[in-house]
Amino acid sequence: MSMATKERPEFDTVQILAPDGTVVNPDLMPDLSDDQLRELMRRMVFTRIWDQRAISLNRQGRLGFYAPVAGQEASMIGSEFALNKDDFILPSYRDIPQMVWHGLPLYQAFLYSRGHIHGGQIPEDVHVLMPQIIIAAQCTQTVGVAMAFKLRGEKRVAICYFGDGATSQGDFYEGMNFAGVYRVPAIFFCQNNRYAISVPLHKQTATPTLAQKAVAAGIRGVRVDGMDVLAVYRVTKEAAERARNGEGATLIEALTYRYGPHTMAGDDPTRYRTNEEFSEWEQKDPLIRFRRFLEAKGLWSEEDENRVIEEAKQAVADAIKKADEWMPKQKVTDLIDAMYETLPPHLEEQKAEFAAREGR
Amino acid sequence: MAQLTMIQAITDALRLELERDPSVLVFGEDVGVNGGVFRATEGLQKQFGEERVFDTPLAESAIAGLAVGLAVQGFRPVAEIQFFGFVFECFDAIASQAARMRYRSGGRYQAPIVFRSPFGGGVKTPELHADSLEGLFLQTPGVKVVIPSNPYDAKGLLISAIRDNDPVIFLEHMKLYRSFRQEVPEEAYTIPIGKASVVREGTDVTVIAYGAMVHTALKAAEEVEKARGAKVEVIDLRTINPLDEETIIRSVEKTGRAVVVQEAQKQAGVAAEVIARINEKALLSLEAPVVRVTAPDTVYPFAAIEDAWLPDPARVVEGINKVLDF
Ligand SMILES: Cc1ncc(C[n+]2csc(CCOP(=O)(O)OP(=O)(O)O)c2C)c(N)n1
Repeated sequence: MSMATKERPEFDTVQILAPDGTVVNPDLMPDLSDDQLRELMRRMVFTRIWDQRAISLNRQGRLGFYAPVAGQEASMIGSEFALNKDDFILPSYRDIPQMVWHGLPLYQAFLYSRGHIHGGQIPEDVHVLMPQIIIAAQCTQTVGVAMAFKLRGEKRVAICYFGDGATSQGDFYEGMNFAGVYRVPAIFFCQNNRYAISVPLHKQTATPTLAQKAVAAGIRGVRVDGMDVLAVYRVTKEAAERARNGEGATLIEALTYRYGPHTMAGDDPTRYRTNEEFSEWEQKDPLIRFRRFLEAKGLWSEEDENRVIEEAKQAVADAIKKADEWMPKQKVTDLIDAMYETLPPHLEEQKAEFAAREGR
Repeated sequence: MAQLTMIQAITDALRLELERDPSVLVFGEDVGVNGGVFRATEGLQKQFGEERVFDTPLAESAIAGLAVGLAVQGFRPVAEIQFFGFVFECFDAIASQAARMRYRSGGRYQAPIVFRSPFGGGVKTPELHADSLEGLFLQTPGVKVVIPSNPYDAKGLLISAIRDNDPVIFLEHMKLYRSFRQEVPEEAYTIPIGKASVVREGTDVTVIAYGAMVHTALKAAEEVEKARGAKVEVIDLRTINPLDEETIIRSVEKTGRAVVVQEAQKQAGVAAEVIARINEKALLSLEAPVVRVTAPDTVYPFAAIEDAWLPDPARVVEGINKVLDF
């Protein structure tokens, strides 16, 4: 006997573009100029190419830790595009594109990947935190950042990104609950790519949606087609506006898929995903869908596409060169210096030891 | 000058810093309306409003994570962990997040947070309230750990902690909260973090302690002096991370003998670290192996045997005699 679990109507999936690029929900069409629409496409194509290059650089041993993003471009780029420059992003290890489109120089992202301290030296005018490694830790920190904005009366929003696996962590619930209680301008953006490494969603949670987890925290929950860049933009923009207007936090569940392995550190997705499932999701590809939509409006051509591909390849090559040449190389003494504002004596001593070694 | 208990001195420090610096925020479970379970934040919400002194939902991990987010935004959160036995819930936010913030961001962000928490044994709290977990944070580079032993120090050290740009764990021994009063100046003053104090001068043996054990050590010192005329020097570490090695070494070089006293279990704790430093820096000054007086390496016991489990003056006297008679 099977028991039908009925999804709550408010968690129907928001969609604007069908996989073939036709508009299914004209009422929801966001107010974006032609240039903005083209810019969204440019960023997605650029990111896809950068991802391919990063994977190959990683295989050549020229990059460090890397978590592929192909398949998730619409969720990442559509949501970041809906933010203001001074909104604050708290990303996870996979969310490097949002950081870069929010202003982090690409070569710093590469240095971060290699574990160089300069990778985390975010420029003053770029409002992001370093990528989070501890699953869901950013969910509680987001409330702190958002509370700071509220206390100072700033019309800024804090957004955190995390995966479906993160929704099992206490910090996810604690963060949303705090955000609800304090009514802070926060967005919890869940990229539900259906797997936490190898664990599928149905083994992660018994609820039919992740968006409904917002109900328990008394914040708004929204579910969106995460392969549809316009829909993602639309719901994030709305969440940001609500937050700015003092209407509180939102949990967004974006339905998406990662094409590649979990990270480049030896994960083999064929062990836990079928080819059929993979091709099913490829049919929904965010780039194909949006390209078709733009082409129909005469806003995108093969030349545009090729130009961006070349631009991305060049940018990645330049950034990796800059990362290669970045001076100074990191030293243990830099690490020691970064422990406290002023060095306590025992570290002073240990620093001297390493300085002597480094001088050799 | 007023005669204050340690808890009053702490409230005083919080009040002065809230007044001085609008970026200071005080929060935690029951700290607002109720003024904290020990009343350390008594009256502060009334004076400074709910935006600056507030109750949080019951979630330690989120309290600490909230503090990290606020700190990154330039606030100076003073977060209360209601009892230090609950710090495990915050371990990630403290050790993986706050302590690493300066390094991960190459100095772009810092985490000027104070995590205040009552701890310490001998007051018959329920299980997992009293545990001395400070040693865990001695092994956490990037944080400082301050443990005052009296009202005067508590005020000056807490003010320093709030003004410090690194995360500071500020541990308040429950037994000391109201056990005695001391002259405490009304105005704000600071006591440097990372500096120990010699609370009793002596020439024959050095006893190193912190928190409530300073008082136990002082009692033991009196007894030993009375019994055999030996002059015992007592050092109150005040900060256990970073340790004031200079004061420790100088004293051991003078006395040639040392006993380290801690409430925590023996293995791999503050005392072990202090002894390692003495071995590294003053081995040749030693006339006897350094002795540790600690709790045994068991979990913290239920209240009924707490008093027998914790080091008392008699055990410290024994330790002192051992190094004197070596
Ligand atoms: C607290 C914690 N536990 C476990 C891990 C190991 N780990 C890294 S990524 C991951 C899966 C996360 O999946 P999800 O939240 O769905 O994010 P996704 O990688 O799919 O974007 C796990 C288990 C970790 N980094 N942190």
